[in-house]
Amino acid sequence: MKDIIVIGGGAGGLAAALKAHEEDRDVFLVEREDELGGILGQCIHNGFGLEVFDEEYTGPEYADIYIERFLEAGIDYRVNTTVTGIKKHDDVFTVITSSKEEGIVEYESKVIIMTTGCYEKTRGAIQIPGDRPSGVLTAGIAQRYININGLMPGKKAFVLGSGDIGLIMARRMRLEGAEVLGVAEILPYSNGLNRNIVQCLHDFDIPLYLSHTVTDIIADDNNNLKQIIVQKVDDDFKPIGGSEKTFDVDVLLLAVGLIPEVTLIEDLDVDIDPLTNSVSINQAYETSVPGLFVAGNALQVHDLVDKVTKESERAGLAASASLDRSGEAKKEIHLKSGNHVGYVTPQRLDLNLKKEMPVVALRSKQEIEKAKLIIRQDGKEAAVFEKRLTFVLPAEMTMFEFPLDEVTGTGDLTVDLEVSS
Amino acid sequence: MKKEFICIVCPRGCHITVDDEGTIEGYGCIRGKKYVEEEMHDPKRIVTSTVKTVFPERPRISCKTKEAVPKGKIFDVMDAINNVTVDEPLEIGDVVIEDVCDTGVDVILTKPVKSKASVNK
Repeated sequence: MKDIIVIGGGAGGLAAALKAHEEDRDVFLVEREDELGGILGQCIHNGFGLEVFDEEYTGPEYADIYIERFLEAGIDYRVNTTVTGIKKHDDVFTVITSSKEEGIVEYESKVIIMTTGCYEKTRGAIQIPGDRPSGVLTAGIAQRYININGLMPGKKAFVLGSGDIGLIMARRMRLEGAEVLGVAEILPYSNGLNRNIVQCLHDFDIPLYLSHTVTDIIADDNNNLKQIIVQKVDDDFKPIGGSEKTFDVDVLLLAVGLIPEVTLIEDLDVDIDPLTNSVSINQAYETSVPGLFVAGNALQVHDLVDKVTKESERAGLAASASLDRSGEAKKEIHLKSGNHVGYVTPQRLDLNLKKEMPVVALRSKQEIEKAKLIIRQDGKEAAVFEKRLTFVLPAEMTMFEFPLDEVTGTGDLTVDLEVSS
Repeated sequence: MKKEFICIVCPRGCHITVDDEGTIEGYGCIRGKKYVEEEMHDPKRIVTSTVKTVFPERPRISCKTKEAVPKGKIFDVMDAINNVTVDEPLEIGDVVIEDVCDTGVDVILTKPVKSKASVNK
């Protein structure tokens, strides 16, 4: 039996496994792809590592640093191996894996850390009407085709969604010789970094259509993409009649959002947070199922890989520590999202774990130039924690350490963002 | 006519303008002014892309210019990168094009050709 099984060998899994290994735990990591490093391998652009290394790396370079450390540490692992199920009996997890080389193999452990990343929303999730031709694909799939397989998905492209992935792929298509006719964004602002707006769109004169979306998809006789219709939307995101623009394109890239990938643990009856579309955790990254930990994009979709690394290191450390205190009762209170807060993690705080200073992450629902973050207990006016923030954006996760010392009693906490003048 | 820049130094994203006389306005801090001066006189970018290889398990391998190159040369650099084929198992950081397009900057691999972790023990 292993101490800890880490599921997923991307940035999160490598960091979590390394930390647990440093704590002298017997760690085993499972990765379904044929190499370690996760999605970083196809993110060939630069801008990774500024927080952790104070250097600007490309995705593969950032991954390589952790792959080297992981292999150097001699941690046991499998690639090309998919986890098909997880069971728990008493205090032992059974992880069922499947691979071409070894067939179906079961592994047992006391603790599981899920670092399975996230997946892209597809056309179905946003319900674009029209034909269903080839040539409509997610930005991440196109990124894989181009950067890993060396295949161009089209010559005339349009991108729906102006988050960083959409912007990066608009530039990538243009650099490889495609014409990129535009990027549409249903919101009145882009959720991408300014740096990407400038260096991916402005540098290449690619137009950005804010408050616009794709409202029709038209196939040619061979069922290949021929045309899309883009329309302006009103404040309720309803298309405005008469604003139709037609674009003749052979590829439409969808960069319309990411969802944490936690389907594997649905069988374990884990508490879910509808605000993050993932599990609810305490400050040790432990779910409602004792011994089951989740970190990285499987927990919440991050903006920066650096934050995935740091979060997963904390989870690896906390998961290791949990092995020494099995059976101890938890004393948990809730941390809830209040005014202007889209979501918050951890959703629960274990007051018996006071020495682990919680790192709270949240996303604002709106842009706030000067904000006051306030945590209150039991709906009382007095704050148990306050922090002033500037330029809070929905596109950028807000993270801070929250000392639990001030928290007395067992009342739930609510975190609010207030607009200050 | 005023030229407008969005500052990328911090999340604030100041809209900074430069008029015909070269007067820079709208910056929130000195770093923004410096950013616009560079963008006006000598804008540079790191180019990241992929090169072909002869290895079927890795048809493309990622690369980058080791330093930023002049913005005006981005497509020339892309052409040069797309004319290279890697036929040996190079390592991360190895040079695939020296002094690309007379920029004085090398193009290097950002991934090893042979994956270190692809073989199960």
